[in-house]
Amino acid sequence: MIPLSHYLILGAVLFSIGVVGIFLNRKNLVILLMSIELLLLAVNINFVAFSHYLADIAGQVFVFFILTVAAAEISIGLAILIVLFRSRQTINVDQLDSLKG
Amino acid sequence: MTFLQFAFYVFGAALVFAAGMVVTIRNPVKSALFLVLAFFSAACVWITLQAEFLAIVLVLVYVGAVMVLFLFVVMMLDIDLAKLRAGFTRYLPIGGLVAVLLVAEIALVMYGSFDTGEYRAPVAYGVEYSNTEALGAQIYTQYVYAFEIAALILLVAIIAAIALTMRRRPNNKYNNPSAQVRVKRADRLRIVKMDSVLPTAPISVTEPTTESIPEQD
Repeated sequence: MIPLSHYLILGAVLFSIGVVGIFLNRKNLVILLMSIELLLLAVNINFVAFSHYLADIAGQVFVFFILTVAAAEISIGLAILIVLFRSRQTINVDQLDSLKG
Repeated sequence: MTFLQFAFYVFGAALVFAAGMVVTIRNPVKSALFLVLAFFSAACVWITLQAEFLAIVLVLVYVGAVMVLFLFVVMMLDIDLAKLRAGFTRYLPIGGLVAVLLVAEIALVMYGSFDTGEYRAPVAYGVEYSNTEALGAQIYTQYVYAFEIAALILLVAIIAAIALTMRRRPNNKYNNPSAQVRVKRADRLRIVKMDSVLPTAPISVTEPTTESIPEQD
């Protein structure tokens, strides 16, 4: 039998990799979006693990909604990315400083 | 070690490896492909948790739709990789330190503390259990308003994505559907009234039958 803590630690490791991804690729907007996906996946693993070990289906319902909202978020994020690239010819976060005072 | 444990550790290791490659590899296309592997491994981990419906949804929606969208966008953009990689090694120590501390702290709290009491023995469902049915019974009853709001969010996402990326080019020609619908026969068709003449035997011509149609010039 796999203990619940192993699932939780797997989620923690995945979350940390997502945070590191945001640190390391802080200029590349595409990789930043992928790191956010990793963070959401880590949270979802925790939800599903608790849902199974507590025999409560509500956790999986929440994962369902998180997946829905994440899909909407990522599609709008990529649309904004394309609009940015069209107007600035770059996706470097450091160069997206038009609003800087 | 049972097969379930073996499967969990193999897929967990694959998941961590793929996630690490996503954030460290140089090429964004390879990065997106490793993210596909990460989602696939996560789906397999969810199957060890008997969440079959969500595992299939993860593969269908994420691998099938979202990651393909990612790949399209990455391949469409002409990215200067060298500039984007600048500062990668500069932030590696601090990023690694934060990650190690994060994992150590969470592991310290989690390890062993959730392995007793009600968390110890999960219900292992038999073959007659349908995860999809159980999920549907909750979503369509208790969470039905949230479900409809989720549908609305997806609709807003569709409209927003199309509205953001659509652009009017000045030299393109467009149809005007309103004008097309409102057009009358009189705008397009001109009826010319002329006498019908027989070449051999001239007979007096009767009144034309097209009087009701207005004449156009």
